[in-house]
Amino acid sequence: MAPAFEYAPAPESRAIVDIAPSYGLFIDGEFADAADGKVFKTVSPSTEEVLSEVAEAGEADVDRAVKAARKAFEKWSALPGSERAKYLFRIARIIQERSRELAVLETLDNGKPIKETRDADLPLVAAHFFYYAGWADKLGHAGFGTNPQPLGVAGQVIPWNFPLLMLAWKIAPALATGNTVVLKPAETTPLSALFFADVCRQAGLPRGVVNIVTGDGRTGAALVAHPDVNKVAFTGSTAVGKEIARAVAGTRKKLTLELGGKGANIVFDDAPIDQAVEGIVNGIFFNQGQVCCAGSRLLVQESIHDELLDSLKRRLSTLRLGDPLDKNTDIGAINSAEQLARITALADQGEAEGAERWSPACELPSSGYWFAPTLFTNVTQAHTVARDEIFGPVLSVLTFRTPDEAVAKANNTQYGLSAGIWTEKGSRILAVANKLRAGVVWSNTFNKFDPTSPFGGYKESGFGREGGRHGLEAYLDV
Amino acid sequence: MSDARLSVFKTYKLYVGGKFPRSESGRVYEVSDSKGKWLANAPLSSRKDARDAVVAARKAFGGWSGATAYNRGQILYRIAEMLEGRRDQYVQEVADAEGLSKSKAGVQVDAAIDRWVWYAGWTDKIAQVVGGGNPVAGPFFNLSSPEPTGVVAVLAPQESSFLGLVSVVAPVIATGNTAVVIASEKSPLPALSLGEVLATSDLPGGVVNILSGRTAEIAAPLAAHQDVNAIDLAGADEALAKELEIAAADNLKRVLRPQPVDEWSATPGTERMTAFLETKTVWHPTGSLGASGSSY
Repeated sequence: MAPAFEYAPAPESRAIVDIAPSYGLFIDGEFADAADGKVFKTVSPSTEEVLSEVAEAGEADVDRAVKAARKAFEKWSALPGSERAKYLFRIARIIQERSRELAVLETLDNGKPIKETRDADLPLVAAHFFYYAGWADKLGHAGFGTNPQPLGVAGQVIPWNFPLLMLAWKIAPALATGNTVVLKPAETTPLSALFFADVCRQAGLPRGVVNIVTGDGRTGAALVAHPDVNKVAFTGSTAVGKEIARAVAGTRKKLTLELGGKGANIVFDDAPIDQAVEGIVNGIFFNQGQVCCAGSRLLVQESIHDELLDSLKRRLSTLRLGDPLDKNTDIGAINSAEQLARITALADQGEAEGAERWSPACELPSSGYWFAPTLFTNVTQAHTVARDEIFGPVLSVLTFRTPDEAVAKANNTQYGLSAGIWTEKGSRILAVANKLRAGVVWSNTFNKFDPTSPFGGYKESGFGREGGRHGLEAYLDV
Repeated sequence: MSDARLSVFKTYKLYVGGKFPRSESGRVYEVSDSKGKWLANAPLSSRKDARDAVVAARKAFGGWSGATAYNRGQILYRIAEMLEGRRDQYVQEVADAEGLSKSKAGVQVDAAIDRWVWYAGWTDKIAQVVGGGNPVAGPFFNLSSPEPTGVVAVLAPQESSFLGLVSVVAPVIATGNTAVVIASEKSPLPALSLGEVLATSDLPGGVVNILSGRTAEIAAPLAAHQDVNAIDLAGADEALAKELEIAAADNLKRVLRPQPVDEWSATPGTERMTAFLETKTVWHPTGSLGASGSSY
């Protein structure tokens, strides 16, 4: 059935962003080329258009950045907390002022819909800085002793799925507690971090307090291994997280890791179906499913399986996939050709292993990296699509009969980041939430984030928490 | 009739799953006092003993972590009560093990007993201190609570054979974890005897499992074990600590590196508890009673 009304295109203007043809590394308050002159290109995943050329930091550049951060640490950590707070408040306000520009930039470089960067990423980025700004002069009241001390230089490596938000999660608590940072954004999404450098400049942040080194995994490895780094914070894949844990073994470097997930979204037979469907869609198709805490396994009580799947498929048929800058777009582009290949391979494997694949009728643009929303039914716990993190818009549907079975299946994973529970029965929510081995449990909602709310995983989803009072601990000598 | 009665020696055994087995390997090693005088043979635990202990600790985790904090507190206090009654035995064992005078050993044992009392009081308070509600910017109830991480391998300090041991074991189990403990290699006897107190303090079998032997030999399989969630490296030297930390990365165990400890008798902070706690944050919509609401 054809929809009653077609949508007219409603693109957000990209004129608000001025992307330079090339960017250097941001070290000691200034942009500079890499020592060996190496550069790499960053493209818009929705069009494959080259957006800019960015310096690729080698070991010498990382060393220079760490030295700058070390030099800045002495004064920055000695500032009264109230002064550090004011810098962070400034940053928060400037981000709010420039949020439309940054949202468009993020959408261009990452491929996610403007609806998300505008309504989720950017508001959360500003809120995160605003929240941690207020902690800077109150650290003695945070439950870590009366005078907790910063660690020194923090080496931070972040992923491409929420480039600026992950930057905020890393930099805001680090600076509030008096550390200085060297941050490496992801290879495919370096631009918002480089724009953030300009925000720091506008805020008058002392040079060397924030340094941005762009590059690929080698740049990150050099940063993690640098002997003068006191703290390593990483968000990314579990495999790389384990490598980092090995690399810092035997050192005094403090480590926090926020890694992969295979979140279970559990729907009981008494759940409000329409709300649950919205939660399921949000859980796995938000940001094209490229979310570590995605609800990528739907556990549905057997008795409502058919009813729920009918509703879900109907809803998926209304999702609009296409130009991420269009304000009506629900599903944007996959971040990179590499990620698209990985999603494609895992989905093909799901099919080959016997799970039933379904996607709504959905036209994919001819250029760029795209993957249609995909469901797998008849999935068992042994299937690869039920075990491996796909990091894409692919939902695996499993069933259960009893709450015990739901909990057992939900916990049957090496991960433990997120989970969802849908039921109208309060005592069942609390009982199930209590048994789930996951760091964040969303009941009758999903994918909610807030700077005051600690986030992080159990088991191989990593350790340490980001956000809230808990997030301070990662950057304090406690 | 001679007035010199021949004493009865104790066979020191492991404490695993609430029982007192010998090492499955059949091996023992000689334990001497500080002057080199033979004290006893202690079990020389094998890798298999370590794995068996993990199975016991995992089996006990559901019940112990699910027990009320009040109940855990009473049991930890009961351990202190039982120790107090057998104070003389431990004073003797610590004096022998560490070459201390009776009075200095007594100070150690008293401090160890008091430490159980301290942690007994923590069981139902730590969640209030490190957890709490979060004022999120939206209509949501949002609560963060600490939970035990699971099975914790504990390398007890090498020098402080009893107070050090208690200082690392009590915080692990106070919060609901279960433990596989490697006793001081040189001075394992006070640790092995602690099993006798634990077994009579209503502590469920498997919550604490105590192994003696070569620390490096037993710790390696524990650090690499996929069903161990965390490891406390207090009793490892620098080289061993690094090696174990690398092995522990395979399943991303929580690692507590060896900390410089001047004096185990100092009042501990909360760090040994929080090192083995996870934070779980639960969200739920709060709903709304309508825009107008009521002022009261």
